[in-house]
Amino acid sequence: MTTVDHSAELARAGANVTGWASRTLFLANRYPLGAFGAVIVILFVFAAIFADVITPVDPTSTNPAKSLMAPGGQALMGADFMGRDMYSRVVHGARISLAVGLGSTALGCLIGVIIGLASGYLLGWFDLLVQRVIDIMQALPLLVMALVMAASLGPSLENTIIAISIPLIPNVARVIRSNTLAIRELPYVEAARAQGMSEVRIAVFHVLPNTLAPLIVLATAQLGAAILTEASLSFLGLGIPEPHPSWGRMLSESAAEYVRTAPWLVIFPGLAISLVVFGTNLLGDAVRDLLDPRQRS
Amino acid sequence: MSPMTAQIAEKVEAAPRRRSIGEVVLTVDDLQTVFYTRAGMVRAVDRVSFALKAGETLAIVGESGCGKSITALSLLRLIPDPPGRIVGGKVVLEGTDLLSLSEPAMRKVRGNRVSMIFQEPMTSLNPVLTVGRQISQALMMHQGMSKAAAMERAVEMLRLVKVPEPAQRVKEYPHQLSGGMRQRVMIAMALSCNPRVLIADEPTTALDVTIQAQILDLILELQNQLGTAVILITHDLGVVAETAQRVIVMYAGRKVEEATVEELFARPLHPYTRGLMASIPRLGLMRNQTVETGRLQEIPGMVPPLFDLPAGCAYAPRCALADDRCRAEYPPFEEKRDAHWAACWHAGE
Amino acid sequence: MPVSEMQVAMSAPVVEVRDLKKHFPIRKGLLRRTVGNVFAVDGVSFSIQPGETLGLVGESGCGKTTVGRTVLRLVEPTGGSIMVRGEDITHLGKKALRPYRREMQIVFQDPFSSLNPRMRAGTIVGEPLKIHGIADGAERERMVARLFDRVGLRAQQMKNFPHEFSGGQRQRISIARALALNPKLIVADEPVSALDVSIQAQVINLMMDLQREEGLAYLFISHNLAVVEHISHRIAVMYLGRIVEYADKVTLFTRPQHPYTEALLSAVPVPDPALKRNKHMVEGDVPSPVRPPPGCHFHTRCPYAIDRCRVESPPLKDVGDGQLVACHLR
Repeated sequence: MTTVDHSAELARAGANVTGWASRTLFLANRYPLGAFGAVIVILFVFAAIFADVITPVDPTSTNPAKSLMAPGGQALMGADFMGRDMYSRVVHGARISLAVGLGSTALGCLIGVIIGLASGYLLGWFDLLVQRVIDIMQALPLLVMALVMAASLGPSLENTIIAISIPLIPNVARVIRSNTLAIRELPYVEAARAQGMSEVRIAVFHVLPNTLAPLIVLATAQLGAAILTEASLSFLGLGIPEPHPSWGRMLSESAAEYVRTAPWLVIFPGLAISLVVFGTNLLGDAVRDLLDPRQRS
Repeated sequence: MSPMTAQIAEKVEAAPRRRSIGEVVLTVDDLQTVFYTRAGMVRAVDRVSFALKAGETLAIVGESGCGKSITALSLLRLIPDPPGRIVGGKVVLEGTDLLSLSEPAMRKVRGNRVSMIFQEPMTSLNPVLTVGRQISQALMMHQGMSKAAAMERAVEMLRLVKVPEPAQRVKEYPHQLSGGMRQRVMIAMALSCNPRVLIADEPTTALDVTIQAQILDLILELQNQLGTAVILITHDLGVVAETAQRVIVMYAGRKVEEATVEELFARPLHPYTRGLMASIPRLGLMRNQTVETGRLQEIPGMVPPLFDLPAGCAYAPRCALADDRCRAEYPPFEEKRDAHWAACWHAGE
Repeated sequence: MPVSEMQVAMSAPVVEVRDLKKHFPIRKGLLRRTVGNVFAVDGVSFSIQPGETLGLVGESGCGKTTVGRTVLRLVEPTGGSIMVRGEDITHLGKKALRPYRREMQIVFQDPFSSLNPRMRAGTIVGEPLKIHGIADGAERERMVARLFDRVGLRAQQMKNFPHEFSGGQRQRISIARALALNPKLIVADEPVSALDVSIQAQVINLMMDLQREEGLAYLFISHNLAVVEHISHRIAVMYLGRIVEYADKVTLFTRPQHPYTEALLSAVPVPDPALKRNKHMVEGDVPSPVRPPPGCHFHTRCPYAIDRCRVESPPLKDVGDGQLVACHLR
């Protein structure tokens, strides 16, 4: 991906172009919502990386004495039925959720982009075939498909990522294909062809970068959806296996039984899921604008 | 009416008439429309005044961004708000100031007493309604006609705009018609309620030359029959010369010149008008020249962005005659010759 | 190279097109069967000499744009031949075609979609140099700067993105990109139609200056007769896929022989209110190129049409002074 150069615009705004701090401040000022989203996402990423450092207790260690303890001095976010510290579990859950979200989105987008670009660019029988396969894939409900995948592959982190990424492929492929169809007819693509540029290079250098904006919108929406799907799968017992703390599993274990008596068991993992999804959506919008030279001035 | 507008109206009276030109139907007085953009407030239409008489064609010419289309939309109060807003002036149609009307009252004016045709005949018609439905809608709404009567009138209107087999065509959808036919349908729609004023915004720009000639001819013929006043918005000086009686030249949101067609083309006073006229290649002009010697006169530079207008005359940075006064002070819009106004310190030099 | 051979090479046309045809099939149904053809270009012949401008005029749908694309092999011809420097390039494969690509470039109408919005102006102009491995790094930078200078842009503007330029400036970038490979021919497809009047003159002057300095040939495609008259040496008038009249500029504009040319010329509004001319108005619309009328394509709108016009297609024939006209009445 090309690096984004804001120097001209920074200079216009009278900012100090050299310092990264002033640059960040400028961007934050320009995209306040995006900056807010970035802060949320960064907080969760830090939580995931330094989970062991910032939590006092092992998230899997049980302590009958703390069973269903309310949030307070001893346990910041309370404790669950088995006395496991909720704060530790939510923080460690960030690891699983972010890994599943980022991993499945990246995988799904990668495959979807390749298929969509090839389909929209080559057309002919290949396109026809791909379109019909995609039609069939889209006819199946996403959750059911992920369910079947998860059930047949067995519950593990890797399999969860694969299972969630597959329903993403037709969505991405379809969006990229329709954009490719429009862009391949544009004069600048014809100009490149008139210069003797090879079709593969045209597809990669002229068509692909111009399909990025819808891809980023889709990807950020999917990032949230992937985390939710993971939560749903785990809720159904087909996602991340015990004893790993997954937000979805935490919800599923407590939702039915304890939502009245110990609402913190539902509130904190639920809040974490909502915050991450919200943050990635805000960040995604800003990144899409940033990558578009037209939006920058 | 400001003294300026009164003066203009009086002069219009004295202008040579080619066809029956009647009473003043519309006066625009000091119209100001602004847009609030990220770059700040922009004066898209800056104190524009003119008067329009029944049966006459007034052309407003200028390049993109000069404010000619915004002027037209302001008359009908069709400026999207936000970001735009009409912040001053009067638009008086037969005694009523349209800018002071309530929105429901204004709706009774649009398409009824003042109507408009647009450049793009493809997108200005609703693709899922038959042509007949679209023409009859306005009639049912404004004239309270019954459905059957309105449909009958629609057929009549199509016959008037010379659409072949009108009884058949009313049942067709826009995509079944050619570009020229669609523009005829647009004209039929616009004229169906017999408006006092027809605003035509680049009505032939999207059409081929032979079709353009047909459509312009049609507009003029109908105008003669119905006595409608026409405001023709265009960038094409050829179209102006062949259709209008009076011309307003706009640049960067302001009126820079106004005169009768004959006067303007014979003696353009503003350097911008002169530059425009010199920069367009004309049929026949090159006939006795070799390609090698013929250079068009250029207007250097480009139209300044409205959010960054120079202090004095907006045209000064591109003008060969500009001096310090031009760069410091905006020239008044004055009558430089009989019935010929211009905003320039060096008009006619 | 012996002198005699060189002279031959000098006077050979940059491009010569013979009986060019392009029919776009209309496919329908599941099996994509061809149910008809759009006869976009239906037997067009012309040649362009070095340093010459051939104007190609006609109304929308007449096939003039397809002719331009087909000459560059951006669209594959259905029939006929395209000769460049005397070599037939009609059936050359991608690789074999590449050296000929350097000879012919294109400038488009729409200054907004003809430049990749995500690339810097300098990269856009330098791309052809990269593709053909002509220059790299600082050398390429220097060549691009020179190209910017030649089309009247500043070298500092190389790092700007397309949206930071005005329409006229973008068209200059397109021209610089086309010039990068030192072509002999530029196909200019309505290059000034989308520009403001005061900017059109700038771009037309630039194109004419470049022709004088570089000996460039243009295939100048436009619907604007006044612009075509200004810039062209010879002019071909197209109607529904065929050339109906082909002559040098002065002859065509002073003595148009085809009724369509006549109608076209008289339909152009003249910016002079003192000239109230008798208009030869033609009725009706251009027929669909899917089912062009039999015989002479223009007979449905022609005021002079006779029975013969409705059945027999008139060939282009010389009516003197090298003026070619396709009309039974001439």
